[in-house]
Amino acid sequence: MSGTLGGRAAIAGVGQTEFSKASGRSELQLACEAVRAALDDAGLAPAEVDGLVTFTLDSSEEMEVGRNLGIDELSLFSRVPYGGGAAAAVVLQAAMAVATGVAGVVVCYRAFNERSGSRFGNFAGSMTGGMPPFLSWYAPWGLLTPASWVALHARRYMDVYGVTNEDFGAIAVVDRKHAATNPDAWFYERPITIGDHQASRWVVEPVLRLLDCCQESDGGVALVVTSVERARDLRQKPAVVTAAAQGATFDSGMMTSYYRDDLLGLPEMGVVGDRLWKMSGLAPADISTAFLYDHFTPFVLMQLEELGFCGRGEARHFATVENLSLGGRLPINTNGGLLGEAYIHGMNGITEAVRQVRGSSVNQVADVAHVLVTAGTGVPTSGLILSRE
Amino acid sequence: MSTRLAPTVTPDTAFFWEGVAEGWLLLQRCAACGRFRHPPRPMCPWCRSLEWKAVEASGRGTVFSFVMPAHPELPFMEYPYVVAVVELEEGTRMVTNIVGVGPGEVRMGMAVHVTFETFDNGVVLPQFTPEVDR
Repeated sequence: MSGTLGGRAAIAGVGQTEFSKASGRSELQLACEAVRAALDDAGLAPAEVDGLVTFTLDSSEEMEVGRNLGIDELSLFSRVPYGGGAAAAVVLQAAMAVATGVAGVVVCYRAFNERSGSRFGNFAGSMTGGMPPFLSWYAPWGLLTPASWVALHARRYMDVYGVTNEDFGAIAVVDRKHAATNPDAWFYERPITIGDHQASRWVVEPVLRLLDCCQESDGGVALVVTSVERARDLRQKPAVVTAAAQGATFDSGMMTSYYRDDLLGLPEMGVVGDRLWKMSGLAPADISTAFLYDHFTPFVLMQLEELGFCGRGEARHFATVENLSLGGRLPINTNGGLLGEAYIHGMNGITEAVRQVRGSSVNQVADVAHVLVTAGTGVPTSGLILSRE
Repeated sequence: MSTRLAPTVTPDTAFFWEGVAEGWLLLQRCAACGRFRHPPRPMCPWCRSLEWKAVEASGRGTVFSFVMPAHPELPFMEYPYVVAVVELEEGTRMVTNIVGVGPGEVRMGMAVHVTFETFDNGVVLPQFTPEVDR
């Protein structure tokens, strides 16, 4: 293990609300419920929290969360940009603070009503104040949803490597299979077949069908990060942050990185992967199970390549339902992923990774040592390796 | 009624949209190292120069990637339509629509050239159409 971050901090508590399509309450309340649940899970009082980290996109101000939870002194409050790319990076922020003594107990949270409130795909309806400058190169031509941005990138990958939409369907089938046995999942007890996937309507032809696109969800998730030493004395078995990294590269865009290289990969995730392997001293073969951010299925295949689980252009052979399901070579998204469980901007992948390390997942992988988690792709992103002690 | 969302014009991008309104496809070219860049930005990432010129592009390129958005249906778009990344002769790429050809006939690598389309709400966009008339 190189550097001073790996192995210093641990996730000691996880909390979440129910995952729904209409929470019926404010985003702030969802955030507070998730934070309270995470602290209860860890066995810590709000007064012991001295750090809060969230996404720049989160609507719940740190001081509002603190005012509700009765959190006293804070010595760290920090936010991470680039949408779902922030998911693992909030833990990186927390782990850095813990490792350096800046804070002792940091809570990371993300809560939204992304389905019943402001929806990410509805830019046309939300641009009354004018279009964000970067969108001016896409929206006038009718390219203004995350699905369409991703599809225009993934089409190139399909063409060069001979990948079909049916190949992407394996990811959807795996996610829904795992969601089917997870009572917290929106799609609990509702698995799909590749036939269902192929029969679902095009969202962006010929790349993304409806079942290639993640859900839109209401809900909140929170994580409690503290030192490994302190975590040992708390209620749960620590999920040690063995490695954490962010990644961006030249000309990274908000899912619109069309101007560089060959468009055949996700260079930001390549940076994350390199750093995770270096920091941990681990290799892909050491990973027991992974949560690979699955807002859109094609980028799961590209992640497998960027992270070194298979070679360039080979993911369509590696990403079979058998390989990626519970009992396979690399079980992924054992909670059902963003497609099957809920879209809480990747934070629900971290909670599942923690459960896998604890041995408490409803879809438990046998003898878990190390779990890989990635954050949103097509944007500057982040990743984690969590381990049992 | 065929309309399009109007771009937000900033001091860094005004030359492009002013050119489009006149029927010119202008690209930003570094005055120091000569490299083209798109979308426009104030500094050259290769030589850090702030000096640049707006140069008229040849208007020729090839289809690098393309898709047909289907859902959610946008009230101002006419379906089906093709959105493409076109690789320009100058070496930069841009996002555009492929027009004047059936969506099923667009191919990767297809040679295309620029044309300008004016929409009912006054928005003018550079569009691309296949080189060989059909």
